[in-house]
Parts: sequence; C-alpha cells; structure tokens
Amino acid sequence: MNAPIDTIPEHDVVLTTRARLARNLSDQPFLNRASDLQCAHVVRTTQRVMLDVPITDQMVWMDLDELTPLDRSLLVERHLISQNHAESSLHRGVAISGNEQLSIMVNEEDHLRIQVLKSGARLQEAYQELMRVDTILEQHLDFAFHDQWGYLAVCPTNVGTGIRFSVMVHLPALRIANELGKVRRAAKELHLAVRGYYGEGSESTGNIYQVSNQVTLGRSEEDLLEEFATRIIPGLIDYERSAREVLVRSNATLLDDRVHRADSVLRSARLLKLDEAMKLLSRVRLGAALGRLDVPLEAIDQLFVQVQPAHLSQEAGTTLTESDVQSLRASLVRETLSA
Amino acid sequence: MKCDLCDKPAVVHEVSINNGVKKEVHLCLEHAQAAGLSIPGQQPINQLLKKFVVGQASAPEAKRCERCGSTFSQIRQTNLIGCPDCYTTFHEPISSLIEQAQFGSTAHVGRVPNQLHTPTQVELRTRKLLKELDAAVTAEQYERAADLRDRLDKLSTELPNDEHSSGDAS
Ligand SMILES: [Zn+2]
Ligand SMILES: [Zn+2]
Repeated sequence: MNAPIDTIPEHDVVLTTRARLARNLSDQPFLNRASDLQCAHVVRTTQRVMLDVPITDQMVWMDLDELTPLDRSLLVERHLISQNHAESSLHRGVAISGNEQLSIMVNEEDHLRIQVLKSGARLQEAYQELMRVDTILEQHLDFAFHDQWGYLAVCPTNVGTGIRFSVMVHLPALRIANELGKVRRAAKELHLAVRGYYGEGSESTGNIYQVSNQVTLGRSEEDLLEEFATRIIPGLIDYERSAREVLVRSNATLLDDRVHRADSVLRSARLLKLDEAMKLLSRVRLGAALGRLDVPLEAIDQLFVQVQPAHLSQEAGTTLTESDVQSLRASLVRETLSA
Repeated sequence: MKCDLCDKPAVVHEVSINNGVKKEVHLCLEHAQAAGLSIPGQQPINQLLKKFVVGQASAPEAKRCERCGSTFSQIRQTNLIGCPDCYTTFHEPISSLIEQAQFGSTAHVGRVPNQLHTPTQVELRTRKLLKELDAAVTAEQYERAADLRDRLDKLSTELPNDEHSSGDAS
C-alpha cells in the first residue's frame, strides 16, 4: 500500500517550518525598561505601519490587552503568539496575515517578533517571505542596529541577525527505538535547541519536537538557512525514516498492532484526555505516514491543534468542564477519522 | 561614615527601599550586634547581598545607562538589556555576556538595515504621512485620518515604480 498523496514537502516527518526575526525600535527603551506610555507608543507606531502599509493581502490586528484569555489561548494553540505574549501584562498586540502564515508580535520580549510559518519542509520559502516583510517594515521603522553586534535585542541570545529557524518534526520511530537521547546530544553539539510542541519548557507531546538554532551572531542569515535547510532538516528526516524502515522490516506486527489499536481507540472513545489524544494521534500519524492506515496527514495535524482546550471551548461557544472537554474532544476525533 | 548611634566607624550599612522611599541605617560593630544585624562572615553570602551594602564608606556609585537608567549588575542579573544605548555604555561587560550567549561569536555577519541607504522620496513621504496619521488618530480627528489613509493608499501604488530597494543582504 502507498502513502496517501500529499503535496506538502517531507510531510511524513516535518509538520511545519518557521523563520522568525527579533527587531527593536531604536528610539525606544526595551520593554523591561519601558514605561506604560512607551509600551503603548511602540504598539501604536508599529500597528499603524502594519495596517497602513501593504504587507500582505490581508492583515488583522489584535490588541491582546482587549482579548479574552480564551481568545489569547486560541492564538497560542495555533502557534501565532507565544505563551509569554499571551500572559504578559504589557500593552501588546499581534498582526496576523489572512492565511495565518505571517504573524508579527508586538511587545513580546522584543518590540517586534516577526514570524513566518509554513507547513512541511519549506524553510526557504518561509525565509524569503520573512525577508520581504522585514524589508518593508524597515522602510518605515528605524530598527536598533550596532556596527559590531548587528540588530540589537533585549536578550544577548538574540543579537546579530536576530533570526531563528525552527522545524517541527514528528519522531515516533526514533522514540520507539530509544534513539532520542542521541538526537539531543547531536543537537547540543550543533548548538541547536530541542523543545516540545509548545516551545520553551513544554515537554514533548505526541512525539513532536521543535529544533532551532541558538546562535544568531557571527553567521549570516543565508549561512544559517543553508545549514538548516540542507543539513539539519534532511538529517533529522533521514534519521527518523531509517528508524521507521527498521521498524517495518523487523517488527511490522508490533507496529501494526500499535497503529491499529490507536486508530480503534480514537474511533470509539467517548472521553479523551489531551495527553491520551496526542499520544494516540501520534501513532495514527506514524501509521498514515507509512501507508498502513488511510488517514490524510493534514487531518491529523489539524487535530493536534483542534483537540487543545481553547479550541474545543471556542467550538462549543462556552467555557466547558473538564468532562465536557473530554467528551467534545472524543467526538471531534471520531468524526474527523471517519470522514 | 560614622555609626548612627555613636562616633565609631559604621561597618554595617542597611539600605531598604519601601514604596520608593529610601531608608538607610549605618551602625558600628557593637550597635549592629545589639540591633540583631549580622556582620559579614556570619551570614550566608546570598542573604548578605540581598540585605546589606557592606564595605568602604564611599563605595563608588554604579555607572548607569544615561538613557534608561540600567546598571550593569541589573543587566547581568536578569540577562536583559535595557535599551540600545546600554550596548555602548557597557560595551566591555556586555561584550562578554554576548560572547557567552553566542558560543564565542563576537561580531555580526549578514543583513544590514536598508536605512543605511538613503530613503527614497516615496519612503520619506510615507513616513511623514504615517506620523501625521498617528497624530490624527490620537487627537481623534477621524476625517483627517481617513484622508491621510487615502493618500497613503495612493502612495503605496507608486512604490513599485519607484527605484526599487528590495534589499536582500547580498
Ligand atoms: Zn555605634
Ligand atoms: Zn540603557
């Protein structure tokens, strides 16, 4: 059996690729030293530019101070803002493109965090888009820049290019083969950070990991991009794929057992906890990627987001009790998988 | 500096700030012990640092960034820099923070802001209009704001014809 036709590059292993920039206005103090008025000023100046200068076909601006906690959680679950940005007490906002691939966080840690997110291994595209946006923004905003240290940032870990590439990969076979320790050690040697599905501090759920560069100084954007796109991402993909091959060759029955059990539980459960859902979806995704189950990868990737609590509450239009959440989660998964 | 309670030299200096009001206490060895305040060497160092400023009577004022008021010790504690000027004010010590954070790298390679080119006429006009628009909205002059927005729209259609400045770092 062949894997279902999927046009997203390297989708069997790569969920998304992302490129982001840290930028600060040269004429304002950084956020940890800014007064309320200064924070508000940063919001107003940058918001004006994002709404009035054509950056993409459609840009939506949201004042995070005015959104409900539920709305902010939704944005976090979609990876459009960070947890810190959602929880901060500063004046802050976010501009999001209509297709939700571009988001510009204002007053997160830096004045601006510009990110472009693409499904599959499309780092080059994400990078081109990011540079295009930066070029437009800097025609209207003066970014803090230093001859020796490049673009200045609040934290020394972001100075220089201010660029961070990251890839979100699904590594279930490496997990089964107990090889993740090796991945982590190799990543450390290459100065890469490995985090969970929801970034900093989040444990990996569903065997999904985010890998990103830690060095932003002393290497050009293109140099870092090249290393990421031609060595790091392909390296991760090859490593996971060979672990999958070994699994299929040496232990196909065990693999099929896990995959089909997960699939049956998801198709029949009436209550699902988040952890359980993520774990079972991860197994189904592995089965689908290997062509042992007929479920589109894209539907599973969407479920990873839709089974999160804020998405379920929004779907229901009201705040839910935990057992309501579990029941709604289970029916959403059942419906999607039997579609 | 003398003890607050007698003429002996003060060895314990407690500075506390409460609701923005700074309160200082300076005591000699005996009076400090009588007041139940520990002296250096009798207390774990971290407690000491939190509570006491101990040492010569005239410890030099820590250097501050003129623009944002940060001292380097604040920057080092939080690992957060206060403003762009801090980078020049504390060039030496920040340099080593950066080197540590960046696994030994010390100098930028790559993209440079376009601003180092002279902005084009359209860019300058756009900037000016954006500033006016900001002012108009702040002053709640919505008709004027709408008008400015129209002019910005018109200007933006001119952008492609302008000498293009698609400045990918080469
Ligand atoms: Zn005394
Ligand atoms: Zn400063």
